[in-house]
Amino acid sequence: MGIKAKDLITMEQLSVEEIENILQTAREMKNVLKRDIKKIPTLRGKAIINLFYEASTRTRTSFELAGKYMSADVINISTSTSSVVKGESLKDTGLTLEMMGADIVVIRHSMAGAPQMLGKYLKARVINAGDGFHEHPTQALLDMMTIKEHLGELKGIKVAIIGDILHSRVARSNIHGLTKMGAQVWLCGPPTLIPHGLEKLGVKVTYDINEALQDAQVVMMLRIQLERQKAGLFPTLREYSQLFGLNRERLQLAAKDCLVLHPGPMNRGIEISGEVADGLHSVINEQVTHGVAVRMALLYLMLGQKEEW
Amino acid sequence: MKYILKGGLVIDPRSGLEQVLDLLIENGRIVEMSPELQEKNVESIDVTGKIVAPGFIDLHVHLREPGGEAHETILTGCQAAVAGGFTTITAMPNTKPCADNEGVVELIKARAEKAGLSKVLPLGTVSKGQQGQEIAEIGSLYRAGAVGISDDGEPVTNSEVMRRALEYCKLFDIPVISHSEDHYLTAEGLMHEGYWSTVLGLKGIPPQAEEIMVARDILLAELTGGRLHLAHLSTAGSVELLRFAKERGIKVTAEVTPHHLCLTDEEVKTYDTSTKVSPPLRSPEHLTAVRQALKEGVIECVATDHAPWASEDKEQEFAKAPNGISGLETAVPMCWDALVVSGLMKPRELIARFTTGPAKILTLDRGYLAPGAVADITVIDPDLKKKVVAKDFYSKGKNSPVDGKTYQGWPVMTIVDGKIVMEDGKVKEGR
Repeated sequence: MGIKAKDLITMEQLSVEEIENILQTAREMKNVLKRDIKKIPTLRGKAIINLFYEASTRTRTSFELAGKYMSADVINISTSTSSVVKGESLKDTGLTLEMMGADIVVIRHSMAGAPQMLGKYLKARVINAGDGFHEHPTQALLDMMTIKEHLGELKGIKVAIIGDILHSRVARSNIHGLTKMGAQVWLCGPPTLIPHGLEKLGVKVTYDINEALQDAQVVMMLRIQLERQKAGLFPTLREYSQLFGLNRERLQLAAKDCLVLHPGPMNRGIEISGEVADGLHSVINEQVTHGVAVRMALLYLMLGQKEEW
Repeated sequence: MKYILKGGLVIDPRSGLEQVLDLLIENGRIVEMSPELQEKNVESIDVTGKIVAPGFIDLHVHLREPGGEAHETILTGCQAAVAGGFTTITAMPNTKPCADNEGVVELIKARAEKAGLSKVLPLGTVSKGQQGQEIAEIGSLYRAGAVGISDDGEPVTNSEVMRRALEYCKLFDIPVISHSEDHYLTAEGLMHEGYWSTVLGLKGIPPQAEEIMVARDILLAELTGGRLHLAHLSTAGSVELLRFAKERGIKVTAEVTPHHLCLTDEEVKTYDTSTKVSPPLRSPEHLTAVRQALKEGVIECVATDHAPWASEDKEQEFAKAPNGISGLETAVPMCWDALVVSGLMKPRELIARFTTGPAKILTLDRGYLAPGAVADITVIDPDLKKKVVAKDFYSKGKNSPVDGKTYQGWPVMTIVDGKIVMEDGKVKEGR
């Protein structure tokens, strides 16, 4: 079983079975990563293009390595050095890449909906590597893999996602994924960064970080961007940190064996103290490894067998 | 040219007439209306089973010319208008250059005359260059033929400028048409703020962004005694404010678009850029409120806010695509299906919102059927079910969120000055 739809755009679109299948496959891929020679021939002759309209270290590199570890040809396009600078549209850029033989286009874009649009124009499969404030499905999958590896399952666990929910694609993808798998999701942040209607998604919302942290088995901190402060959504980084930053004292409210996650890049000392980021509960570095495994699994599932749409 | 329009159900909201009658049309006017008209050697056109209504009027059309000919020209816009059953449309002044001077107004009039399809009434801008700073030469615009003024597309943010415009327009007894939007609240907003904006990760526009300006403009209309017309009203709160204003006797009128009457913000979930419009498609409770207000006549008219865009502009990322819906060719079936077929409104009520409603707002001597009246007529087939095919639009703008949807109740004939300019959806040569 692969991915039912042509494109992987959201966690919302995935069924429980699809998610379990991806995570199972990712566990097998992780074994490949542990080998001395990290190369399997699975995707030989396949072309993967990373089309990144936004800066990225983790996501882009892990997609690239995931493809290369499986012997695919991987090309990276950063739009700042492409014809996008000359004003080429997303549609034309996508069609151009497809005509060169791309089997999968991985797209990162600052605007929500761009991957959907690209998928509509291309016959090649499209993977969303993060679109605006919408979704970042591979991040949610690697988070879920990390949690599952430590806690065994997702069902019934309390996950607190803390920070700028409004502008977070990581939060949205995790909300869809985790609630689907039966986790109890709590969202916490200042009211100015909590959007309307979240309760309809089956989550709990609180402005009180202590309530969110209480007995949480997973604490997921989100990156806060300075530009949000400039937009007047909170007064200063100092005040934000005091109200919503995770430090050692606060973490004691959480479950004894809780996990601390962060999608990166971190603002140490702002949303998370260095002590916690490097502490016993932190699985932030494992998340990065799982990112490669999950992306290998997806590329394999989406390119491994011949399918028609 | 002389002919008889035979056997149709004539519905004239002004007189309350609703009866099967034959219309004798000669030299661009209705000569006679009576049952079973017999005239020797006169051609007769059978419209049995159809509704014969006064020519529909659309108060809110962007014709794009001059300056935006890639999106629409006056000719293609007029073709779209008569294809959609409209005999009179206004031309919004936000062209390039904008209609802040009589030259542009004259140009629009002349080219519309040459097209010879629907009648086109130009609107002028409120402010010079639509900058919202100083009022335009409204007197010159009026003398050149502008029937109202609007900075549509941009709100008049400066309350003092809006006040003076409302006051000054009393000289000519023309309305100031308000595009009600608080710029600070809508900044970078892409859709209605609510559940769907949250799920889709698109920045939301709260209803209050409209309502704050609606409230302000109502208060300024009260202060000045000027005539205010509210464009594309879209929220339940705006409807409440409108009711309040009317109870106070303030001179305010309003329009609502077919898309705000028929579509909700859920349509945006595919990121189809043809659903991107200002004001944005709202959640269901707002749709219910504007429908009710239209039924009661609190909102006097339906206006399309026809905003055509070339495909290259709409085939972009959602955030980059411009706002607007190509609406002229789908307005009547959308409204007929959602409001009349559903049983919410009587045919006569909806026809009034397309005829007497807009005519009253602009104090036009149009929008009725009577012996001696100009023969501007819209014939509707209330039973015809048809699918919308946007690629076949006469408009250059194929940006329709209802492409592929099927509606019941279509205009099948448009008559302007006695000349049949559209039949069965096909536009004929001009007058």
